[in-house]
Parts: sequence; structure tokens; C-alpha cells
Amino acid sequence: MTLAWVGLLVVLPLAALVARPWELGMHGVVASLTQPRVLAALRLSFGMALGAAALNLVLGGLVAWVLVRTRFPGRRLADALVDLPFALPTAVSGIALTTLYAPNGWLGGLAAPFGLSIAYARPGIFIALLFVGLPYMVRAIQPVLHDLPGDVEEAASTLGATHWQIVTRVILPAIAPAAVVGFAMAFARAVGEYGSVIFIAGNMPNRTEIAPLLIVIRLEQLDYAGAAALALAMLALSFLILAALNLLQRRLRRHLA
Amino acid sequence: MTAGVQGGVGLRAPGWERWLAIGLALLVLLVLLVLPLALVFAEALSRGWAGVASALADPDAQSAIRLTLLVAAITVPVNTLGGLAAAWCIARFRFPGRGLLLTIIELPLTISPVISGLVWVLLFGRNGWFGPALGRADIQIVFALPGLVLATLFVTFPFVLRAILPLMQAQGSAEEQAAITLGAPAWRVFLHVTLPNIRFALLQGVLLCNARAMGEFGAVAVVSGRIRGLTNTMPLHIEATYNDYQAQAAFAVAALLALLALVTLAARAGLEWGTRRER
Repeated sequence: MTLAWVGLLVVLPLAALVARPWELGMHGVVASLTQPRVLAALRLSFGMALGAAALNLVLGGLVAWVLVRTRFPGRRLADALVDLPFALPTAVSGIALTTLYAPNGWLGGLAAPFGLSIAYARPGIFIALLFVGLPYMVRAIQPVLHDLPGDVEEAASTLGATHWQIVTRVILPAIAPAAVVGFAMAFARAVGEYGSVIFIAGNMPNRTEIAPLLIVIRLEQLDYAGAAALALAMLALSFLILAALNLLQRRLRRHLA
Repeated sequence: MTAGVQGGVGLRAPGWERWLAIGLALLVLLVLLVLPLALVFAEALSRGWAGVASALADPDAQSAIRLTLLVAAITVPVNTLGGLAAAWCIARFRFPGRGLLLTIIELPLTISPVISGLVWVLLFGRNGWFGPALGRADIQIVFALPGLVLATLFVTFPFVLRAILPLMQAQGSAEEQAAITLGAPAWRVFLHVTLPNIRFALLQGVLLCNARAMGEFGAVAVVSGRIRGLTNTMPLHIEATYNDYQAQAAFAVAALLALLALVTLAARAGLEWGTRRER
């Protein structure tokens, strides 16, 4: 029963996705995927998602460390708030970030005098992807830091280690595998993100058009096979990156043990 | 003694470095999370409460709210039952392909929402596998309620399962087996033994499932056709009004969804406490 249910709801649709592109033939699929506009969208989506996940390593790591290792008023509230991007609908975060970073917005207005545009340009996409990825990173690192006894850091400090040494020699190796997992999740979420990005992106073909949006455009043109080909290419690329990250994570774990 | 405190407050840092770290972390949270959230409410109220009321009283907004509630009312119970059944099978039985089943169930969490909508159009759209047959039978799935329900079912499928599976696996089946040995019928075992043991975790999963069902955008945008007053859910109505330069009206509906998100987070934090007790 359960198997039939999962089969109908998940397997059948995915089968359609895997089967559809080949109507175009091998040549057709390659031609459809190598159009400059498609390549630009894929480069943008994957580059931005990797970049945002990388910056989230630093930001998420900092937030996780502060939430676990320090005590300050409002810490529990801050901790609960980290999950906001999980709970807030993407259309809501999309229009909120756009208005915030628009040239006349609260934060966009600060950048505008310097001739910097954030919304309707690439920095806007980057910020939206930072937003959706942050909780994955914090929630991946937090439990590991929590289990790493604070006195290890203290012992290192007593033995005369500088702060920088404690961070690079004690904390980082311990949290590295978890950080890779967080990076993978933040990346996977960001690369397929749609709602938070399309409002702020500007959506100019070849410049600020993300791959998921191009899938929607193809579909609206009733080019089902082309849409499926792009979707399948995105999944295959993500899968390769996630598999590589998984391998890295295992190596780091073995190194640690 | 430091390690004795939860997780230990290690690193006896000179005060200013610790406070610098706290300050920077709070700045990250402020800029990235608090400001967008605050802005939703500020923009919604930019024309006062009357502006909010008139935006929510708009017939298209009303229809979007009704549609969102309807979709959630269908998908959340279905996925709760489906998640319970799947978690029970995976936790209690060993069968070939069990690992594969788990991977498949979690797939919707890692693929783009747009792709989650696309797969249904590939099946039931005008050029889809079953499109022509459905057309002849005059059944509309894509660009109608069934499509919205299917896409939402797909993206929210894993939530309940993920919330309860670890707990069911950890608790084992000893209590259930005892009840069965004592002659209780299966449904009573489920109601009186299985369910009470997982209720907090189950509720957490249902909450998350509901939040996602009401807030889903990408998957729903692909299958809805965005027909105003007819197939626009709340997130799609937000998009439509925002793109029409009615920002305040868009933020009024967005504020409703943001409130739902805050309530979900608060309820989760409360339930977290209960779940820890269940463990």
C-alpha cells in the first residue's frame, strides 16, 4: 500500500522527468542545453549557489558558535529566529528582500549613493540565496559544537594557544565534516530556489536569469521536452556536486577519527 | 566547571572579543532575517489598518485565501496519513529496497520547487503523457485544483515522515508487541500505543507540512496557470499584486503568511520541549 502510494506520488512524476527530454533525441537535448542563454543561466545558478553556501560557512559558523558558546539576553529568541527562512513562504521573503534592497529601500538606499545596485542585479540574487541557506549551515554545525566540550578550547588557551590557533587548530577540524554537510544542504536548496530569487533578480536573459526561471519560461512556451532537459541537467549537476561533497565529508570524518 | 554547563561556555575570551563575536552574529541575523521580516509588517501597515483590511477584503485576495486553506485542508491530512504509514513500514519492517524508499521519499526536499511542479505538467499538461486522454474526458488537472493539490502533496510529502521516523526507530516496537500479545486489535494498538508515543513529534511534522503547504510558491506557480480569482493561492496572489505595483496589498497578504510562519516557529519551539521528553 505504502509502496503504491509513494510510487504514484513520487516515482511516476520523476519517471516522466527522466523520460521526456529524449523525445528531442540526443542531438536535440545537447543543442537545447548548449544554447548560450541556457549555459548562462546554469552558470549563474550554480555559481551563485556555491558562492552563497561558501559565505554561509563563515556567517553560519559564527552564528552557531555564538549561539552555543556564549550567553546573552535574547539568545533563545535569536536561536528560534534562525529557522525563519524555513518557515517563511518564499514569495514573502522574495518581495521583502526586494523592497529592502531596492534603490529606495531601507538598505538599498545606503548603497545607492555609491552607484551600487543590489536589487535587480547579481548581488540581490546572492543575498536571497544567503538568506535561504543560513539555517541549514547553523543547524548543521550547532550540535557538533555543542558536543565539543568547551574545556577543549579552554585547555588550548591555557597551554598558550592564541585565539586564531584555537579557531584553526581546535574548532575548525572538529566541525569540518558537519560544515560540509551544511554547505551541501545550503547549496542544494539555493541552486533550485525560485520564489525568493525571481523578484530580486531582475531576470535579464544571459545576465540575471536563473535556471529554474528558464524552466518555467520553457514550459510557458509549451516546450515540455526542453524544460525537462534543463531540469534533468540541473538535477544531474547537483547530484555530482553533492556526491563529491559527500565523499569529502567522509574523508574529513575519517581524518578526525 | 565550564563543560558542565550545556555545551560548556568555553574559551575564556577577553570580554571584548566575545562581545565582538556576539555583535557580529547579531548583525548577521538583523540584516539577513529581522529586517526583511519587520519590513513585511511595516509595508503592510503603510496605509494603516484600513489599508490592510481593504487589501484582504479584495475578492481576488479572498478567493486566494480560500483556495490556500482548501489546498492545505486536503494535502495536510493526506500527507499526515501517508507519512504515518510510510514511517511505520520503514521503522517496523525489514524489506528489500527500504533504503531506496527512504531516499525516494526525501527527494522532494532536495529538488527545485519548479521541478516539483514541472513533473506534474509533464504528466497531465496539454502536451503531457496523459494530457490528450484527459482532454477528451474533459478532466482538468493542470491549471486547476487537482494540479495544485498534487504539486503541494509532492513538496510536502517528506515532512511528517522525517519528523516521526527517528523517534519510531529509537522507541522500537516492544510496547506494540506487548499490546498485540495481550490481544489488542491493530487499530487500538496504533491509537493507544503508537500514537501517544510520537504525538509531539507528529504535531511538529504536521505544523511544518502545513506551513509549507500554505506557503509553497514555485511548484504551485508552475501548475496553477495563475488565473486570478480562480487558481491563485495566497503566494501567487502576492506575486500578482506585487507585479501590478500594488505593493501594499501584496504585503498585507504577505503579512498574514508571515504571521503563520511566526506562529509555526513558536509552536515548534514549544513542541521541541515535548519531543525531547518523548525521547
